[in-house]
Amino acid sequence: MCGIVGLFLKNPVLRPDLGRHVSAMLAGMTDRGPDSAGIAVYHRPAGEGACKLTLHHADPAHDWNALAGAIAQAFGCEVDAEVRANHAVLVADAGEAALRDWLAAEAPDVRVMGYGQLMEVYKEMGLPADVLRRHGIPAMAGTHAIGHTRMATESIVTTEHSHPFTAAADMCLVHNGSLSNHNRLRAFLRRRGERFETDNDSEVAARYFAWRMREGASLEEAMEAGLRDLDGFYTFAMGTREGFAVLRDGIACKPAVLAETDDWVAMASEYRAIADLPGVEDATIWEPRPAVVYTWKLD
Amino acid sequence: MQTVDLAAEDVRALNGRLHALPADTNQRAWRVINPRGAHAVAVGLTQELEVVVDGHVGYYCAGMNEAAHVEIRGHCGWGVGENMMSGMVRVAGNASQSAGASGHGGMLVIEGDAGHRCGISMKGIDIVVGGSIGAFSAFMAQAGNLVVCGDAGENLGDSLYEADIYVRGAVASLGADCVEKEMTAADREKVAALLARAGIAADAAAFRRYGSARTLYNFHVDHADSY
Repeated sequence: MCGIVGLFLKNPVLRPDLGRHVSAMLAGMTDRGPDSAGIAVYHRPAGEGACKLTLHHADPAHDWNALAGAIAQAFGCEVDAEVRANHAVLVADAGEAALRDWLAAEAPDVRVMGYGQLMEVYKEMGLPADVLRRHGIPAMAGTHAIGHTRMATESIVTTEHSHPFTAAADMCLVHNGSLSNHNRLRAFLRRRGERFETDNDSEVAARYFAWRMREGASLEEAMEAGLRDLDGFYTFAMGTREGFAVLRDGIACKPAVLAETDDWVAMASEYRAIADLPGVEDATIWEPRPAVVYTWKLD
Repeated sequence: MQTVDLAAEDVRALNGRLHALPADTNQRAWRVINPRGAHAVAVGLTQELEVVVDGHVGYYCAGMNEAAHVEIRGHCGWGVGENMMSGMVRVAGNASQSAGASGHGGMLVIEGDAGHRCGISMKGIDIVVGGSIGAFSAFMAQAGNLVVCGDAGENLGDSLYEADIYVRGAVASLGADCVEKEMTAADREKVAALLARAGIAADAAAFRRYGSARTLYNFHVDHADSY
């Protein structure tokens, strides 16, 4: 069992409070996933040509300023570092692929949680409320966020096995369920050049969708293809630069509820997570249909 | 009228109070406010109580109900009225999956839509749905009636033992061993009576009937004497 949530704020007036609202949603799913928690927040766009990386190091005292300095020297660019518990957000005027390659070679004990222009990803073992507080999520502004509370079934409980899983710039996936063909699919994707960081089934789904989109599929087409190629149980929420998407498998034995008002769209494993959102009493509330792709995008 | 505020008291306390009522209680009218999606609200009631839940509930609301009348003025998570034995459970909004699962008796009314697996393994319950139902509904149903005023999703009545299914709208597809059957005058009378009890206005003559073809039985009913 796991809990997943997504919140997409249509009304700009609410955006300063994104972190507060989505933190309440995620903490509301603690019963479904007390092992670890993670969240992807879309906010604070990096400048033109710059890249934003969310990095993690097991040592909370890791010297992020030294790392930022080394990157600045290697790439001859400005690098900003903002430390949040054992995560750091680095913004650098350099290409995303080159930065990730440099990190893999020069700082192999630093883990890239997310990258892109907008997305920041924080994930850690422990109760959701603690993880959220440690990383200062409730104070964050933004347009949209997706989050996950994990009760592990398919692989061990570590930070890197926590959701969301990032597989492309500004793209991440959270998953409630389990896949039964992830080994075969992982081998299939490896043959096509995809690199994996864990043995987790949900990472396979994230990289599968990213691979489909790199091959030219739209978000909707990639998710439609997933209905054919992913065997198992799933409710997915995918965050992208423009918004988020929700998909349940054809049997739909993993729960999901959607709610929408003029101001926001929310997705959660259970209604409890949505119950405190402003204006929820007038929201349209429904259960997403099995095997139907739902997407919301910024105008 | 007893009012329980679930913002101030937890579900266990609410259910404990409902279960502890003596048989001769005069506290038969209850109102539950601020359920905010809580699970297992008003489960396992065994007395003739009138419980109104003002708001949306989570899983298994009014499960195992016996004798009580539970009304949910909101939407329900999955398993509303699961395994109920008797009494009445009414949902003013929509219900998620597995509504009325394994229900033995009583009536479950869903004024809105029900998700997939509505009436799965039903064993005698009467379920009346004002809207539509999702896929795999009445899977392995054994007895009772499922009346649907809207449409039914894929694989309706898959591996059905018995139970009668009446659908007014379109059926996306029938499951294994589920077939359309003749709608007789007796069926129309039964549907009209169920709709009247449910308080849902619909013309019983507009429904079509579906049931078991009985070809999946391990023991064929025509050979009952030889077993």
